Amino acid sequence: MERGEGDRIEITISSRFENIELVQVIAEHLCENAGLDEDGSHWIGMAVREAVANAIKHGNKLDTRKKVNARFQLRGSELEITISDEGEGFDPEKVGDPLNPQNLMKTSGRGIFYMKTFMDRIKYSFNPGGGTSLVMTKNLAKGSGLASSKA
Amino acid sequence: MKATSRTVGNVELIKLEGKITIGAGDSQLREVITNALNSGKNNLLLDMSGVTTIDSSGIGELVGSYTTVTNRGGKLKLLHLPAKLNELLHVTQLITVFEVYENEQEAANSF
Repeated sequence: MERGEGDRIEITISSRFENIELVQVIAEHLCENAGLDEDGSHWIGMAVREAVANAIKHGNKLDTRKKVNARFQLRGSELEITISDEGEGFDPEKVGDPLNPQNLMKTSGRGIFYMKTFMDRIKYSFNPGGGTSLVMTKNLAKGSGLASSKA
Repeated sequence: MKATSRTVGNVELIKLEGKITIGAGDSQLREVITNALNSGKNNLLLDMSGVTTIDSSGIGELVGSYTTVTNRGGKLKLLHLPAKLNELLHVTQLITVFEVYENEQEAANSF
């Protein structure tokens, strides 16, 4: 794990589910240290949890030889989180809307929805040589909780 | 995740404690529900007060459990929902699916 100049933290983990919590805790501590309340920090931690879980399960296909990289960058009050995997990528448009009545009782498919709910913006990019990067941003000065939900 | 059960009238009250997350607790929840059903108990009340962390995978298992129990002619309801789990169910509109109670006796009487 590196702590770079200013407020930047980067960590690389192997693709094991038990490593998710470590990344989530880093996210929550970073938010709390930036002055965000417990609720707000929790929801950002949840978004990170979902992103890392997806990177491990869907991106790296649980191949423990493959890595997930998490980078946290705080610029003023804006937190930018980048989660990268070594997978083949996917089409985010093909992920169903969990609020669609046809999908309500499905047992999966809510991870990206939660990320969109808890963060201000999320954007996927797919690297030509392989690997997916997800950038999520949150303005920490905008408040906490789900009051600003994008649902 | 830890699960402890007791019977309240014709209802099996299952208290869940710990994490219900991907790779840790999600499959355990499925096992707990399956065992209860296979024991002939199909009125299930899940006490969620001890759940410390739940993610989308855990939510998915809750939904799957609800469907499994319902398809077996039973009912699955939730008791003592922690505030953050309540919010997770609200934003995905799953709060309209589950019956949620704050009082154990009231919940047991509802079956």
